[in-house]
Amino acid sequence: MNLVRIRALAKKEFLQILRDPRSLILSLAIPVLLLVLFGYALTLDVDNVPMVIWDQDNSQTAKHFILDFHNSRYFKIIGYYDTYQDLVWKIDTGEAMIAMVLPKDFSRYLGSGQPAPAQFLIDGSDSNTATIARGYISSVIANYNQHFFAHAVAGVTIVNPQPVSFKPRPWFNPNFESMIFIVPGLIVVIIMTIAALLTSLTVAREWERGTMEQLVATPVRPNELVVGKFLPYFCIGLFDLILSVIMAKFVFSVPVQGSVALLFALSSLFLCGALMMGILISIISRNQLLASQFAILATFMPTVLLSGFRYPIWNMPAAVQAVTYLVPARYFIVIVRGIYLKGVGIRDLWQQALFLALFAAAMIFLAIRKFKKKVA
Amino acid sequence: MISIKTSNLTRTFGSNTAVDKLTIEIGEGEIFGLVGPDGAGKTTTMRLLTGILDPSGGEAWVHGKHVVKDSESLKDDIGYMSQRFGLYEDLTVIENINFYADIYGVPRGERKGRIDKLLGFSGLAPFAKRYAGKLSGGMKQKLGLACALIHTPKVLFLDEPTNGVDPVSRRDFWGILYEMLKEKVTILISTSYLDEAERCRRVGLIDKGRLLRCDTPAAIKAEQGAKTLEEAFIRIITQQGQITNPLSQIPT
Repeated sequence: MNLVRIRALAKKEFLQILRDPRSLILSLAIPVLLLVLFGYALTLDVDNVPMVIWDQDNSQTAKHFILDFHNSRYFKIIGYYDTYQDLVWKIDTGEAMIAMVLPKDFSRYLGSGQPAPAQFLIDGSDSNTATIARGYISSVIANYNQHFFAHAVAGVTIVNPQPVSFKPRPWFNPNFESMIFIVPGLIVVIIMTIAALLTSLTVAREWERGTMEQLVATPVRPNELVVGKFLPYFCIGLFDLILSVIMAKFVFSVPVQGSVALLFALSSLFLCGALMMGILISIISRNQLLASQFAILATFMPTVLLSGFRYPIWNMPAAVQAVTYLVPARYFIVIVRGIYLKGVGIRDLWQQALFLALFAAAMIFLAIRKFKKKVA
Repeated sequence: MISIKTSNLTRTFGSNTAVDKLTIEIGEGEIFGLVGPDGAGKTTTMRLLTGILDPSGGEAWVHGKHVVKDSESLKDDIGYMSQRFGLYEDLTVIENINFYADIYGVPRGERKGRIDKLLGFSGLAPFAKRYAGKLSGGMKQKLGLACALIHTPKVLFLDEPTNGVDPVSRRDFWGILYEMLKEKVTILISTSYLDEAERCRRVGLIDKGRLLRCDTPAAIKAEQGAKTLEEAFIRIITQQGQITNPLSQIPT
């Protein structure tokens, strides 16, 4: 390896990136765009579930019961109706997710000590949200019941309405905000995609423009070429990482709990692998269009779908789980979430780090090996 | 001393034979012209001799180095200008030259003198800070030549370097080549301009991958009783056509 040549190649590549507005925009705007888009749109929180009500009872008791839903931040009452037709229509159009129907005798039942039926029609087409909404309904009603008992039996008996008291203490994300879960994972998606996409063009472009034919007729070595191409993109990748970490903290209020130095060290390892993968794709395809499409297919999709970024891996069928072991983002996402949310150190993450190192080493080896100084 | 030597050098692409059993010898300090119609195999020959394409058969040595076995060390000794402009259009003239100087490992101490000389030769000095993509066709070719000469190669391969270049720039270009010949550089140049072929010490006429004639321009003209090289070549290629045409009409 000749350092002068590597420096010349890196400098050349860097100048070309600076002078090509497209690649600059791609490398700087896409991380911001992805963070904002995914950060805000990909919220998994279920808040303000739209609800319509048919209160047939119209008593003070029923109004009290409804008030509990009204006061909960999980529900948003969008209207009161007095036919089933109207309720069904609201659910059909998607304006409402839940329709509550309180029967005529609602308050009479409650006063008589018998269970009072309250009907909830739930749009179950989005099963996840429906399940969560159903949970909210249960907890509002459980709350109501508890207060009702307390009022009804105050000072009279020692009946305990809740034999076991449930005291959850969620760690790492106490308010269950999906942003806190999504944003660190998003950083993984951004680095993987940007890194591979940018570099996937770099060698192919030189073959297409004819500059590679000139370059392969010189004494430049494949390893020098690969490293020279890698360095400028490594700087861009680090810059994107810094940008993402800053945005995570100041825009999404998701700060790093653990060591920032460790986060950057392990991210660099991941970045190496991702960049080299892009270079490898570019070397093999020798065609920009093909290379960029393949890079997206090989990075964005598995990183979003198979890394555990959004869908828990333990929930996947065994065959798909086996495939996830080949997705480097799978390991990196554990690292990023570990450092970001749990504040864990290298002692807990060394296995994942080892996989990333192996991935990077394999990509470097293949890229250098596959680069042939031959035109055909 | 022999600078370029090939023996039955052959390259096929599928069923198409681009270079067919080419055997030539080119002496040190000689300027040798490779001429022939489009698709004759000139570019493939250049690529085989610069070690950026492996032959399907036969062998070749350039400056004593085997084009397959020593293809890496060969590259220190040669300069190559591909047919298509191969420099970085988004880099300036001087950035391109410095880039190739670094790639070839031109020592820092010698660099300034060489660059000044090449810029002076080529008339590129006033355009040193211009983007290569903004140069005229002739200027681009002279920049290509400057980059191929930055490490003072022993053998220079020029693939149709003056194609589409205006007459004044072509004259300048040849002026630089003559300067190189004084320094004993061997030059293999392919061209479709026969007035340029006349300037070569010897020319090789190739068609359909095969070397039809290889001699001095004067000898080839005399053999065909032609006034110009163009006339001589057209005669040779038509004769060749008359022999092969009846065969090619046989149904397959």
